[in-house]
Amino acid sequence: MSKKLTIGCSKDELVRIRQFTSDVLEAHDVPDLQAHKLVLAVDEVCANLIIHANDCNPHSHIEFNIDFKPKQIIFTFRDKGIGFDINEYESPSMEDLVSARRQGGLGLMLVKRIMDKIEFSTEKNHNICRLIKMYP
Amino acid sequence: MAEITTEKNGEIHFIVVDGEIDAGSSIYLDNALKEAMESGEKKIVVDLTHLNYISSAGLGVFISHLDEFKLQNIELALFGINESVKQVFDILGLEKLLTIEESKEAAVASFNE
Repeated sequence: MSKKLTIGCSKDELVRIRQFTSDVLEAHDVPDLQAHKLVLAVDEVCANLIIHANDCNPHSHIEFNIDFKPKQIIFTFRDKGIGFDINEYESPSMEDLVSARRQGGLGLMLVKRIMDKIEFSTEKNHNICRLIKMYP
Repeated sequence: MAEITTEKNGEIHFIVVDGEIDAGSSIYLDNALKEAMESGEKKIVVDLTHLNYISSAGLGVFISHLDEFKLQNIELALFGINESVKQVFDILGLEKLLTIEESKEAAVASFNE
């Protein structure tokens, strides 16, 4: 089963992608606490793509798919912004964030801790980011 | 969307958060904390009873002010975090950095410890 949503690169779209993800997970009986974490990871990657990869340009788009495989849920993001492999991102320590008074830096840390596997690739002129969660 | 209201009770400044804090709405939480700091508040309690969702943008707001709060001897306590939201704090180990209490009374009492 695959579900797809396309959004514009505006922060206002985050509510829509969270609702879409939450509805799909609920329809597949994913428990609430687990679903909340998965929605959060999706929101974090999406916010990153909107703000950093696409500079909040509402004319740029992100295609988002949720696929249920026998033992996996796969969340796929496709966009044409600046490519960025989350696996190459080294999360700062919490102490560094506090002393630097930084608001950013926690999002990708959360994604890495919530998901089991993250894949990044480039196909033609698209960046593809896949978040994989083993389930059930 | 998030709605943020503030109230003063004695020497305690309350910030009440309602709704969802994400990359778009975290600015409102940031502004509320900055305004409290600029007004010279020294004891701030954040009521998260009606917070349904918080992303890293909202958590980052708290983290980014901790250093300045320490410098200015401002005490901060949070309370009313629901189970879904609490697991997000737990994933990052934020309970080690922030004072998180079960109730309003416990949050206020934490300032006297």
